[in-house]
Amino acid sequence: MPSWFHAFADKYLMWQEGPMIWGSDVLILLVSIGIIFTLTYFHKWKWLWREWITTVDHKRIGIMYLICALLMMFRGGADAELLRTQLAVPNNHFLTADHYDQIFTTHGTIMILFMAMPFIFALFNIVVPLQIGARDVAFPYLNAISFWLFFFGAMLFNLSFVFGGSPDASWVSYPPLSELGFDPGPGENYYLLAIQISGIGSIATGINFLATIFKMRAPGMKLMRMPLFSWSVVAASIVIIFAFPALAIALALLMLDRVVGTHFFTILHGGNPMMFVNLFWLWGHPEVYIVVLPAFGVYSEVVATFARKRVFGYSSMVASLMLISVISYFVWAHHFFTMGAGADVNTFFAIASMMVGIPTGVKVFNWLFTMFQGRIRMTLPMLWTIAFVPCFVIGGATGVMLAAAPADYQYHNSYFLIAHFHQVLIGGVVFGMIAGMYYWWPKMFGFKLDERLGRIAFWLFNIGFYVCFMPQYALGFMGMQRRMYTYPATMGWNTLNLVSTIGAYVMGIAFVVIVVQVVYSIKHGERDLTGDPWDGRTLEWSLPSPAPHYNFAVIPTVTDRDMWWVLKEEGRTDELRPKAKDIQPIHMPKNSGRPFLMGLSFFVAGFGFVFVWWPLIVLGLAGVAACMIARALEYDDEYHIPVREVQSHEAALGRLS
Amino acid sequence: MRREHRPRRVRTVVFSAAVLTLFLTGCGPQYLVLNPVGPVGREELHLIVLSAILVGIVIVPVLFLLAFIVWRYRDKPGNTAPYKPKWSESKVLEFIWWGIPVVIVAVLGVFTAKTTFALVKPPAEDQQVKPLTIQVVSLDWKWLFLYPDQHIATVNYAEIPTGVPVQFELTSDAPMNSFWVPQLGGQEYTMPGMAMRLWLQADKPGTYYGHGANFTGSGFAHMDFNVIAKSDADFNGWVHQVQSSSQQLTKAGYQKLKQPSVVGTSSYASYPAHLFNDTVWADGGQYMPGMMNQTGSPMNAASASNMAGMSSSSNSASGK
Repeated sequence: MPSWFHAFADKYLMWQEGPMIWGSDVLILLVSIGIIFTLTYFHKWKWLWREWITTVDHKRIGIMYLICALLMMFRGGADAELLRTQLAVPNNHFLTADHYDQIFTTHGTIMILFMAMPFIFALFNIVVPLQIGARDVAFPYLNAISFWLFFFGAMLFNLSFVFGGSPDASWVSYPPLSELGFDPGPGENYYLLAIQISGIGSIATGINFLATIFKMRAPGMKLMRMPLFSWSVVAASIVIIFAFPALAIALALLMLDRVVGTHFFTILHGGNPMMFVNLFWLWGHPEVYIVVLPAFGVYSEVVATFARKRVFGYSSMVASLMLISVISYFVWAHHFFTMGAGADVNTFFAIASMMVGIPTGVKVFNWLFTMFQGRIRMTLPMLWTIAFVPCFVIGGATGVMLAAAPADYQYHNSYFLIAHFHQVLIGGVVFGMIAGMYYWWPKMFGFKLDERLGRIAFWLFNIGFYVCFMPQYALGFMGMQRRMYTYPATMGWNTLNLVSTIGAYVMGIAFVVIVVQVVYSIKHGERDLTGDPWDGRTLEWSLPSPAPHYNFAVIPTVTDRDMWWVLKEEGRTDELRPKAKDIQPIHMPKNSGRPFLMGLSFFVAGFGFVFVWWPLIVLGLAGVAACMIARALEYDDEYHIPVREVQSHEAALGRLS
Repeated sequence: MRREHRPRRVRTVVFSAAVLTLFLTGCGPQYLVLNPVGPVGREELHLIVLSAILVGIVIVPVLFLLAFIVWRYRDKPGNTAPYKPKWSESKVLEFIWWGIPVVIVAVLGVFTAKTTFALVKPPAEDQQVKPLTIQVVSLDWKWLFLYPDQHIATVNYAEIPTGVPVQFELTSDAPMNSFWVPQLGGQEYTMPGMAMRLWLQADKPGTYYGHGANFTGSGFAHMDFNVIAKSDADFNGWVHQVQSSSQQLTKAGYQKLKQPSVVGTSSYASYPAHLFNDTVWADGGQYMPGMMNQTGSPMNAASASNMAGMSSSSNSASGK
């Protein structure tokens, strides 16, 4: 082999690192060949481009987000299993310190930014326009850009594993540890660029959905008649719009420190690492509400549907969503009570943090009393929702305990904290997203996911969860710190760590069962022929499953909260069937390949910045500029679906009256 | 339908077993946080217990209520429980559950505020005991302890007298870490270019586990140290022993110690004057001399000789 190849393989492909890298290389190669072969063999390239890559349809974008979220859950979950395997026994040498550091960094970053975020965006996209009676989001083209920025951000982040090295300064990546002096490798640059690129997409999504909900509701759907999931999207979008810029700034300044040698966060020449910590958590804490608020929205929909009852205390539910989104900005310093702020500052942030528990507690009581005097059907979405309550309530309780600043001096960075945030993020967000996935799956694909496999996955996941994380509270009290790649055998931590690892494996099996469930149900899942498989309450269930690409042939007029339920109760469902004479040409956005190309350009530029290869940077940024200019000069980006086409489509669905 | 709530019972059993195990083993000595040996750790434990009880008041009834509601109102043919699909408002009920958490947060908030302010002061201020000052520098990946009054230094262990409040002054000459001795009390960050302080005190002689709590790179897992509490006499004996030993920490020796490595323990009979303040000020940073005059800065508590050292070192920093 030529020596330049050796040098390249060692420096960039990291072939000296051993079997894990080689295995990944082979896997990536095989999967790529498999995808290319399949697409070519079945002549699907054109289909992929026309139907998916260039689409601006919110339902398809939602499905693409969902697929990515599940793939990233697999990657982040595999990371978690590696971490737990390493910690199963004391003094373990399954992973080296360097590998362990990289893996917990990518686990955290992927789970928050490349799993939870696309998962909530999947539900935003799939549900909101259908629920508020709109034909698409306010800015469909921008929506596609958001997706492709996320997609290429995630690709860039994952590329680090096999090209140049993963980030290893933890998902919070505090300077000075993440500055060049302590962390010269390209990994940290991957982290900065990947999150920056997908973060731009996230801000755009926040703006897009706020505009959609404020401007595009069906006539008669006053804000206080809006389904609670859409309300939760309002709350989350507001938080996104105000929180994500702080992250963008923090990442950009740290990138400048690393790439061009500025001193924003260095300890030299007037830099101040604390500024990064503040900016990061100014985003970071609201971020957890960004991901949990939509989950709250899901629970509200699911509870009402499967208890066959109106949501209890609707106004309180709305008020508490909005209150949480406001309080979320006044709690960030609780992530660093122990960084030397005065007693006055700590007291303020401690009490503000506890106050989050008030509206959240109200929501829990309202969910309980929605079920009270209802009729509870134990379907998959409802099972996850019911399991969410104890999990989240315990996680919330330990959260209030953590908020007591002096007590936090003992919990901070210990496994108590790890157990707490996994309990609220898994119990709150992941349970909610899985419940939402099961709930709206028939609306996306026209069939239900298999109930029996789903129940097996549910029990495995829940039991695995408690077995994995309850011991970690105890480990925190035993003084075990987070981010230790190994621990001595003399501390008494051995048994609980082993138990925790077993729990993690059980959760891993549960994930595999969910994958099996999806694959099995594609063929054998119960078909949804009515469009209303759950006896739902809101507008999306008045449409066939999957919904036609224009959503509503005739935009409905809304007179009630739980509109669809009311119509069913009063036997007036025919009112939502389109009448031939009411159908008018439907105004739709045209597909475009440019959002994809723009994402690709960002990827090229980002990759250039990672290694500071200026030709790539210039090329990528030029591509971004070209896409923007082309868009600015584009006038013909819309079309009308003729009346006859809509009529025949609706007639084929058997809905025309 | 019967099939459906059997798994729930299984889960309840599993869950209560887990909780029970936790509580039964909870008194073991390996639960460092639950077995404090000093006033700081005890005060924090009181708050931990109080907060656990307060949140327990809310969550235990919620869990029972959930179990009751899910069982009582399950959708089963012949279920005679009332079904009111339209009942969705109750001002009284909602007033109750907006009210209860408000009261609990108020109570917990008051206690939190009191403890937060209390822990800024030395634990035994009313007693006429002279506090001991120990300066701590976190390095990659080891802990350096400086005793400014005794003029000795140690690596990866520290000895303290029992019953004496110890003021740890903390800084870092590496990425930020966090100084944590669970049985003595909670942690505080060590941050480059900054000096912070933490009061701790041990009431009983013993060897107490300490560890860095904030990730600093590949050697982080090995950053453990012991804090050894001894009677006054034993502590003084140890100080004399170290003072009379031959090993000295020189400037060159410190530069060598600073290099990333994992090392064992060692003791030094002396260390370069003003090493702590020189470290804090080494890179200039944004922490300008005015900061020294701020109330609450540990710099105020530093001895006069340290202050002199600081001004000289800040001059040298600005001269860079």
